[in-house]
Parts: sequence; C-alpha cells; structure tokens
Amino acid sequence: MSSDIRFTDFKSDKQPTWCPGCGDFGTMNGMMKALAETGNDPDNTFIVAGIGCSGKIGTYMHSYALHGVHGRALPVGIGVKMANPDLEVMVSGGDGDGYSIGAGHFIHAVRRNVDMSYVVMDNRIYGLTKGQASPTSREDFETATTPDGPNQPPVNPKALALAAGATFIAQTFSSNSQRHAEIVQEAIEHDGFGFVNVYSPCVTFNDVDTYDYFRDTIEDVEETDHDRFDREQAKDKILESDKEYMGVLYQDEDSVPFEEREGVEGSMAEIPDGAPEGAMDLVREFY
Amino acid sequence: MPDDLNWAIGGEAGDGIDSTGKIFAQALSRAGRHVFTSKDFASRIRGGYTAYKVRTSVDRVESVVDRLDILIALTERTVHENEDELHEDSVVIYDGERSTMQDVEVPHGATALEVPLKRLAEDAGGAIMLNVVALGAACEVTNFPIENLDESLQKRFGDKGEAIVENNKQAARMGQEYVREEFDLDTDYDVETTDEDYVLLNGDEAIGMGAIAAGCRFYAGYPITPATDVMEYLTGRIDQFGGKVVQAEDELSAINMALGAARAGARSMTATSGPGIDLMTETFGLVATSETPLVICDVMRSGPSTGMPTKQEQGDLNMTLYGGHGEIPRFVVAPTTISECFWKTVEAFNLAEKYQIPVFLVSDLAMAVTEQTFSPETFDMDEVEVDRGKVVDESDIDAWLDEKGRFQAHFPAADGVSPRAFPGTTDGAHMTTGLEHDELGRRTEDTDVRVEQVDKRNRKVETAREEESFDYREFGDPDADTLVISWGSNEGAMREGMEFLAEDGYDVRFLSVPYIFPRPDLSEEVAAAETTIVVECNATGQFADVIEHDVLERVERINKYTGVRFDADELAEEVKSTLADSAGTQEVEAE
Repeated sequence: MSSDIRFTDFKSDKQPTWCPGCGDFGTMNGMMKALAETGNDPDNTFIVAGIGCSGKIGTYMHSYALHGVHGRALPVGIGVKMANPDLEVMVSGGDGDGYSIGAGHFIHAVRRNVDMSYVVMDNRIYGLTKGQASPTSREDFETATTPDGPNQPPVNPKALALAAGATFIAQTFSSNSQRHAEIVQEAIEHDGFGFVNVYSPCVTFNDVDTYDYFRDTIEDVEETDHDRFDREQAKDKILESDKEYMGVLYQDEDSVPFEEREGVEGSMAEIPDGAPEGAMDLVREFY
Repeated sequence: MPDDLNWAIGGEAGDGIDSTGKIFAQALSRAGRHVFTSKDFASRIRGGYTAYKVRTSVDRVESVVDRLDILIALTERTVHENEDELHEDSVVIYDGERSTMQDVEVPHGATALEVPLKRLAEDAGGAIMLNVVALGAACEVTNFPIENLDESLQKRFGDKGEAIVENNKQAARMGQEYVREEFDLDTDYDVETTDEDYVLLNGDEAIGMGAIAAGCRFYAGYPITPATDVMEYLTGRIDQFGGKVVQAEDELSAINMALGAARAGARSMTATSGPGIDLMTETFGLVATSETPLVICDVMRSGPSTGMPTKQEQGDLNMTLYGGHGEIPRFVVAPTTISECFWKTVEAFNLAEKYQIPVFLVSDLAMAVTEQTFSPETFDMDEVEVDRGKVVDESDIDAWLDEKGRFQAHFPAADGVSPRAFPGTTDGAHMTTGLEHDELGRRTEDTDVRVEQVDKRNRKVETAREEESFDYREFGDPDADTLVISWGSNEGAMREGMEFLAEDGYDVRFLSVPYIFPRPDLSEEVAAAETTIVVECNATGQFADVIEHDVLERVERINKYTGVRFDADELAEEVKSTLADSAGTQEVEAE
C-alpha cells in the first residue's frame, strides 16, 4: 500500500453517464476521498454495486469491483470480506436496490455487522427506469406508476437499521461534499457495518426532494448536542418525521465485526496444491 | 438363503429410528461387512411413518432390493408399510406388551418375535433404550456378535457419559438374552464378520468432504432438505482448514455471498435443492458473465414447487442445464455414486477455476441420505489434485496489462479463458459485471465487442471438450443388443439389476453418465444397439430428451416418479418389459 495515494487514483478513465447535476457525482467523489484518506489504494479496495444509476459507480471508480444483480450487492460484499478480511470492502447501491428488492439483505447485513461500509445513494425515485416511485418516495409523490402517490409511507432505512442492531448509522447530503467525505471516512473506520444513507438528488425526475429542499431542511447533528453513542437519542432523531439530519446518528463503541467474532483470520485465497494436511482424518471420522 | 441381509427399523419420526439404524449400520461396517442404507421419511419432525433400512453383505452392495429379512417394528404401521417385502423366513421383532401392538398380524408366514422391549429397557435403566434392546435381539437372530455394537454405542452416546453407554450395552444384551432364552429360533441368518475396515458415509457428507479436500474455504447456504447435510458437514470442519460456513438469510443471498468469496479468490460453494435453485437462478448469468468460478450444488428432491420434500426425484436436469435468462455457458456434473460425490466435487472445483465458469454439481435425495461402505483408500487424499487455472500475480501480471497499464480480466484468449487476478494483487484492479463488457470489464454495447465476448465465454465449453474427458462408466457386455443409459444415483440399482437380467438370459450393456454438460457423444453406442433405454427418476425423461437430441434417434424410457428410488429387482423387471414392448412394437411395424 503506498502512502501517496490521492483520491483521483480511484477514478477510472470512463466518463460517467449520470445526468449533469446528478447527486451521484458528489456521492462518488466523497467515497473516493474517504478511501484515499483512510490509506487505501485501488489494489486493496473492493467496490460492490447493484443496479440502477448508483450501480454504475464501479465503472467510474478504479479498484477491484463487482457490479451485480439488482438488490444483491450486500451479500456479494459480505462474501468478499469473509474470504479476504484484508480488503477494504465498500458496497454501494440506491434506494430501490437497498430498501426494496434488497431490503431483506439490508436487515441481515446490518445484524451480521461485517466490517465494511454501505453507501446508499438515496434520491427517492427510480431514475434509470425513468421516474417511478421508490421505497423512500413520499406518500403523495406522483409518478407514472403512482399517479396519486404511492399512498403508503416511505421506508425509514435508518429506523430499520437501528431496529436490526446496527452499529453505525449515518446520513449525508452529497452536495455538502466535505461533510459527506468525512462521514464516509468514519463509516470506513468503524469496526463493523458502516451504514451511510446519502441524500443524492435526482435532477431529472424528482422535483420535490431537490438540492434546495435538502439545503433548506437538513441539520448537521454535529451542530446540536447529539450524542452518537446514545441509542435513545439516535432513535428520537431517526424517528423524527419532519426533519432531515446529517452526520453520524448512532455508533456502537463496542462493535465487534462478524468476521472477527467468527474467527476468520486471513485471506482464503491461498490453498495447497492438493488436499490439505490432515485431510485423511476427515475420512477416518466415518469409521 | 441369500448372501445379503436386509434389515429395517420402523416407527414414528421422533422414535430415534435414524440413530438406531445408524448404530446398527456402523456396527456392521466396523465388523467388516458392506452396508447400503436407505431411509423412508416424511416431511415432519415428530410422528408419521419413518424407517431406516440396512442392506448388508460380505460383498459390496450397491442398491436396495424389495425384500426384508429382519424388521424391528416400533409401531403397528411399520408392519403394514413393509408387508409386501416380508417373506416366510422374515423375522419381525416387536413389543407385544404395548397397547398399540396387541393385534399385530405378521404376514406371509414370517416369524413374529415378541420381545418386551420397553420392560427390558426399563430394567436396564430407562424405557428410552427400547430400540437398543431391539438391536440386541436382532443380533441374536442374525448371529451377529453383539460386541460389535459396543463401539457404535460408544460413538453415539459417548458424550452423554460412560454410565449411559454402559446402560445401553446392558440393554442390548438383555434383548439378546431374552431371545436366546425364550425362543427356540431356527433361522439360517449368519451375519459373518471380516477383517476389513470400512468407512460409512452418505452422498452429502461425501460432497462436503470433497469440498474441503479440494480446498473449498467458503460455503454459504440456506437450509433445505436434502442438501442441508452438506452444510452441516462443513460447519465446524471447514474452520479447521481456515474456511467458514455462513448461513445466509435466503438462497439469493447464499449464492451471491458465495460469488463474492469466489471473486475474492476463495474456492467457494453453495448447495441447495430445487426450490433454492429456482431462487438462485437470477445469479447464474452473473457468475458466468463475470467469469467467476463457482460450484453450485443441487441435491434434487421431488418437485415441482414444494412437491415431496423428503422424496427422491431427478427432475432438475433441465433447470441446471438451461436455467437462467439469456444463454449461459456452464458445466453440469452429476455424480453417479457416493464415492463419486467426493471425486466429482473435487473435479467441479477444478473445472470451475480452470474455466472461470459456474459448475452445477447435481446429486439427488437417494444418494444424499444413503450411507454406503467404502475402503478408506477410496478417498485417498494423496490423489486429490488442485488446478486453479490461469491465476496471475505480481510477477506475471505485466503480460496482461494493456498499453495504459490496465488489467485485461476478460482478454479474449484463444481458449476462451482469461487471466485471473485475486483482489489485492498489485496493478490488477479491475471491474467485473453482469453487463456486457469489454476486455477491461467495462460496460459496452459495441456490437463487435459483444460478439467477441459472447464467443469468448462460449469457447470455454469447446476448450473443455478438447481438454477434459467427459466420458461415461461402462458395465456389462460391450456387444450386447440392449443398451441402458442412466445418470445420477440409478447406477447402483442398474448394476445389480443386470445380475437379475443375466440370470434370466438378458445381455445388457450399461452406460452410467456423470456428465450432463458437456456430455459424451453417445451416437455410436446408440447406433450399435438394437434397443436403447434411458433410465431416470422423473416423469418426462429429461435425460432421454437430450440423448435423443444428440443422437437423432428415438430411445426407450424407464421413468420412475413415485418419490422412491429404483430397486434393483424392480429395475430389471422394467428393462424386461420395455424390451418386450419394444419388440412388440417392432413386430407391428414389420407387419
């Protein structure tokens, strides 16, 4: 690992096809900055992405990466990290990817607490399929498939995470790039599953949850007397429905990553040329 | 009196049928006798009929037959369920003092051996040991030295303390003595022991053992009958070799975790049964397109839908062969015996990594729950070879970098196989994806690149056909007019069935095929035969269909889809009647 890594080393030579002004640019830049700041380099970093606009991130970044199927990025990331805990694993997805089709995996990834970070680009809309309601869309948000609004409350991913036993819950706003990068860095440094929900506005299909909306509403918990280690306070902030917060909402200081609890020690990539030593004992067990 | 003995214990699920059967099977195995077991169980935890059958002989046994010599009946229903298999020399052991067993009528002139199992067990220290009393009684009936049970009892109850073990030994002896003193039995059963040392294991255990031997380090799965034993085997054991089992939240997660671990460089596997394979299907194409080596094991059971979860079927051939949207290069390997479950698992890992392709390892319930004896050398670990294919490291990665220094993980090599750099390799950082991509792994819709990459991936199959030996195992007379072909666990029944056929003057050539795709070309074999019959446990003849497709000729079919595996004698009869029908058809055509 070289010490002179810059965040641009994580940039690929592929030009993003996101719409001009898309929140995902800022989200990705913050991820790259955070990775460089934490001393990682592209050769020890593994990015996993799902499908949708957010899923393109692996293409625009330079690292080891896998772009998988819709909603299943988290299990892939868990597999990568379990097989090689020396890798820095970052999973990225969108609100549809993470909270709809992948909601089951989200809950279980949270409770499994593998030491990786999960950055969700939440724009409260399905962008790449051209503007349908997402699980975080507002109840009255009108789209082609929900002309009267989804008529159901949005998913609160932070609350799901807290209930599932999350050890790190944060929220950022992609436009506030400095804070976003700092918080992603904290997620990377956290010993366990670092969950960051990023408000990453869709400038094409979402005219409600806009840059202006977030800029006007969002409050940084760092500027309040919020104690991130206090689960009760975190719960109150997370369940507050008419308020948008930024910052680390909850962190468990005593978090021990799953792979550590399971005693995974190093990379599983190295194996002998033949059966491992002592393998014949496996046969003798059947006497 | 036949050379082999067929023994069974039956009762309700929860009666300890399985462990009692296993104690007896292990005792026979340790006493140097060959054993072949089968289970009859229902999809419930307690209650419902369940049985454990043991066929044993000094010679090797490969299948079950339609005959029972000794039956321990813990419930009246056990006698009824096995009525057709009893004969005049059978002995039925049961506790006539139990209220449910008062009116048992033992059919076909078999000997009814009423032993107060429960009362004797109480005398030995607890009613719970009544099954072991019955085992002791069975030892006396079969002249099997009761000392052989002791080690099995030690293995089964050792961790519950020496007192429990001693009580069980005592219980067995009380059963033995009761029979010796109370009955003047005149049976010819004489279960000889030998000096041979055998191991006794089932197909799922053989797959798990093969996986560890092959260097598998990561397993993710979701419990499902009858594949769970693979996971249970690996749990605890794989850790000793630096690996890990993760019980995923569902099958979608399981296969994606396994994919992630494989991408990180671990030999990785998941196992499931039909319903789980359905859920995993989404990811098949991703495995193939991202060129990740992965072993996906399907231990088939009766379908469709939840079907009959605890019953035998070979209905997933088409699913593993064609499952998934788009066109997915893959290999499908189907072991035909329990020892092959071990060796084909090792081979599956090598094929997966040599060709960076999903390999389906297809087994079935009959093989998964059957235990069979083998010489330990059958699983000689020194014979295990590990071939990781084209893995590059810091020393040779330069050869695979493009002019801008980017690693070409999907380089369209002539053999279809590109270099592989495990994450962490300096200068190897690259992207893999299920999207169509160029040689760098970057998304593309360029028509030429699309064709180049599709051809590249499909070329692996052609390369493998040239490099590997996807052959069959052959039995019987190579010049026989009748050719029988089967896949999966039917091999044993057919091999023994051939002995019955030979006795009746039928000459048969039998090919057992462990490769579904790529598979051997059987055109010449089929052309040389007068009649070709494909045997499989499904209703529509999925393997027969692919054979017909390959050889451009109609084949006869023997299909069983009752949920029960083929018996050797039953299969012989089926072959005879198929030949008779086929001859009849030919005569009609001739007229």
